[in-house]
Amino acid sequence: MSWRRLWAIVVKELRQLARDRITLAMIVGIPVIQLVLFGYAINTNLRGLDAGIADQADTAGSRALVMDMLATGVIAPAAHVDTPEELVEMLRQGRISIGVAIPPDFERRRHDGRQVAQVMVDGSDNVVQSAAAQLAQVPVDSAAPDTRAPLVSTPADGPIGIVSFYNPQRRSAVNIVPGLIGVILTMTMVLFTGIAIVRERERGNMELLIATPLSSAELMVGKVLPYIGIGLVQTTVILALGRGLFAVPIQGSLLDVYLAAGLLILANLTMGLLISTRAQSQFQAMQMTFFVFLPSILLSGFMFPFAGMPGPVRWLAEALPLTHFMRLIRGIMLRGAGLAELWREVAALGAFTAVMMAAAILRFRKRLD
Amino acid sequence: MSGAGQDTAIRARGLTKRFGQLVAVDHVDLAVPARHVYGFLGPNGSGKSTTIRMLCGLLTPSEGEIDVLGLSVPREAEALRRRIGYMTQKFSLFDDLEVRENLEFMAAVQGVPKARTARRIDELVEQYHFGDCQKQLAGTMSGGQKQRLALACAVIHEPELLFLDEPTSAVDPESRRDFWEKLFELADGGTTLLVSTHLMDEAERCHRLAVLDRGVLVADGTPAELTARLEGRAFVVASAQPRRAQRRLAELPEVLGVAQVGNELRVLMRAGGPEGGAALARLERVLADGGPAARIRPVRPNLEDVFVAVTRQQRPREERAA
Ligand SMILES: Nc1ncnc2c1ncn2[C@@H]1O[C@H](COP(=O)(O)OP(=O)(O)O)[C@@H](O)[C@H]1O
Ligand SMILES: [Mg+2]
Repeated sequence: MSWRRLWAIVVKELRQLARDRITLAMIVGIPVIQLVLFGYAINTNLRGLDAGIADQADTAGSRALVMDMLATGVIAPAAHVDTPEELVEMLRQGRISIGVAIPPDFERRRHDGRQVAQVMVDGSDNVVQSAAAQLAQVPVDSAAPDTRAPLVSTPADGPIGIVSFYNPQRRSAVNIVPGLIGVILTMTMVLFTGIAIVRERERGNMELLIATPLSSAELMVGKVLPYIGIGLVQTTVILALGRGLFAVPIQGSLLDVYLAAGLLILANLTMGLLISTRAQSQFQAMQMTFFVFLPSILLSGFMFPFAGMPGPVRWLAEALPLTHFMRLIRGIMLRGAGLAELWREVAALGAFTAVMMAAAILRFRKRLD
Repeated sequence: MSGAGQDTAIRARGLTKRFGQLVAVDHVDLAVPARHVYGFLGPNGSGKSTTIRMLCGLLTPSEGEIDVLGLSVPREAEALRRRIGYMTQKFSLFDDLEVRENLEFMAAVQGVPKARTARRIDELVEQYHFGDCQKQLAGTMSGGQKQRLALACAVIHEPELLFLDEPTSAVDPESRRDFWEKLFELADGGTTLLVSTHLMDEAERCHRLAVLDRGVLVADGTPAELTARLEGRAFVVASAQPRRAQRRLAELPEVLGVAQVGNELRVLMRAGGPEGGAALARLERVLADGGPAARIRPVRPNLEDVFVAVTRQQRPREERAA
């Protein structure tokens, strides 16, 4: 491995990249657009959701609670019904998005400090999911408002319980943004290197390159290095937006977050390289990228809980870098775990990268036939 | 290095390349003397690029042996790559890099010593007239400029042997002349050059050349040797009705080819038939007898005639073999 030749490739890639406006726009544009798009789905400040209310207590206290909930503006009264069962029925029919049920023994429950009300949501919709979380923050004792810290409490522990239908997992912005880092990195990183080698072949540069002393390892590593930086830039964009727009916390260390992102970036870049050595055209490379991207999104635990998958699907999921990254990043950002505790996922990503890189270098022949 | 490596830069025996059913290069024997400009002449699809690619180790031969600069190819192709320059048929530098950036990249990749790189690039910029367009993107240059840049990049590490695959096919005649000046300068400096072309006037400039036709090497030698073999068989016919004269002459069994060149016809006689004065008399007799009035004079054969002679006379033999 000659450092000079390796560096020459890196400089060349960076120079070409600097002149490639579309790719440059994609580097920042994809994370921003994705995050904003998902942001609508995870926006916690929704207003005017159709709500059904079943106030079986009908006391001054229960009416005050309902008024407080309406005052948040999150829900608008669509129907007043008598029983929680009717709310469930209306939810199922899609006539309301949220149901508020107050049991007849509201006053006694309040006195005993038990749960006084239930917010029922259509959990298949993330939007509503997070709106319910907001409703549950409404202080029950309206005489003493603002005594509870907003947003940090876990709704289930408060006096207002949330019952989520159709999605007991209750994912929210906080849950989605960390995963989104992985999804965006998978999409862009695989694509960038996926076309890296094919493009040189299509433009005719490859015949020149392979007729020089350049080794396949120099070429492959040189192609990957610039994109590590780009991946980290994307990670920063997502973290900053996630924090600024959706107040996504980082419980663990920021360094661990970047290290985890770096591992996923490497895994994806090397997978892209392998694709690139196989693909005959840029179009084929994109198809193959998509072929990897779809299962990643579906099976990694980003969309559906991993625990619910049948055995063989899980094995497949275990082979995808995004699956391991999901566990890493959620552990670090949401539970405050350290990278060292999550060493299994680190090892999995490292092994994946090593295998992909070796395969790409071995597959790449300095030959035309 | 072996003695052969000193005088003969490239030696190939029985070189063959098959792509499925197609035999792109068919048992070619080659000996390219060092410090010469050696031409590969042949029409499109005759196997020039395929042969060059095999010689620089980019394609694996189906059969045959190759010795380039004393190295056995493709086994020692990696060692060879440090000592050769290759200019591909299609422009293969980076369109989205500036002229100087392309040169810098190639210098680094080809291992020009770091301390020498800037000076070497300045030298090339000067020699190849890039003084005022060093900052221009390669993709925005004219065909002639691109070819000059490709050549500059191919010689940046001062290779002993240079492969040039149809280097001037997309270039105007003026640039072509300049380009060939450079090639001869390189040959004078001790570089061996192998240049493929489908242009006769370009082939004419080579020290030696090989004529390829459908993958078969049909003739080789200096241009003078090749044309000398056809002495007495080439004629020019000037007639007021060239098309009619052409039809008449083409019917003759002893005529190998008749081609219209401007207002005149160029006639090549078959080997083994009448030559010189006898051939002239025969042609005159034919045209006087029912053909249009015409003046016929003998001419010096050129490479076009060589090409016609070797390819047409090859054909019947092949067909019989098949
Ligand atoms: N990679 C390949 N696969 C299949 N056929 C090829 C390939 N490369 C060249 N050929 C065929 O081999 C023949 C010789 O091609 P080539 O060497 O490019 O000729 P030239 O350079 O003289 O124009 C052509 O018929 C061409 O179509
Ligand atoms: Mg060719």
